[in-house]
Amino acid sequence: MKLSEVIEKLSLDVKTVNVGLEQDVTGVYVSDLLSDVMANSKEGNIWITLQTHLNIVAVAGLKTMAGIIIVNNRQPEKEIIEKAESEKIAIMTTSLPAFEVAGKLYQMLS
Amino acid sequence: MPLNTDKTIEGSFQLIGGDFSIAGESSAQLKKILSDLGVAEDIIRRASIATFEAEMNVIIYAAAGTLSYTITPQQIRIVLVDMGPGIKDTEQAMKEGFSTAPDWVREMGWGAGMGLPNMKKNSDEFKLDSVVGEGTTVEMAINLP
Repeated sequence: MKLSEVIEKLSLDVKTVNVGLEQDVTGVYVSDLLSDVMANSKEGNIWITLQTHLNIVAVAGLKTMAGIIIVNNRQPEKEIIEKAESEKIAIMTTSLPAFEVAGKLYQMLS
Repeated sequence: MPLNTDKTIEGSFQLIGGDFSIAGESSAQLKKILSDLGVAEDIIRRASIATFEAEMNVIIYAAAGTLSYTITPQQIRIVLVDMGPGIKDTEQAMKEGFSTAPDWVREMGWGAGMGLPNMKKNSDEFKLDSVVGEGTTVEMAINLP
């Protein structure tokens, strides 16, 4: 499934502009611990987290992830969105909690 | 897959403690160098994770540090030397989940006690030396097939 389809089905709010949304989603990883994400996420995964600080972009970039979904209506600062745009990492937000986003994605992807 | 060069490639990055805005820059640059050399994806991934974790340890705990790398056709060698508080019990520090990070660092999702174990897991050789009050040295090597 493409990231754009996930965005549409979950009505996600896309924060980044000029970042492609047509990449294939290989799976999902849910964690707020950055070392855990680095160790266990896979290339092309969507990352679900409540973290909003700058380092999430570097971690997602390192693992070449498809994008980051920030939950619970938490909003990243402008600086983080700009960094994500320059690293070509899509950032999306939602008012849903992590459990619900993960549950919906689990159904969509399995 | 052989490298695009038979030369030894060396370089280093300076890291400043407390500067979270630069986290991941050294590993991203090393990732690009390895990619340009034609190193296999899984090896690049291991080297990048080990380097990122090494960067984080300097940023979280030390005043400053130097991360240097040496790439030969046989091996990627990464050495981190920091001016930090040192580690009292290195055996304890290697245990997954053990951490001395302050709460605000944990709230960022770092300091979960996974850094040193992640570095070791992704290396073929791993050596940790530390002197309390002076600093810590981590040496890692990843073999190239």
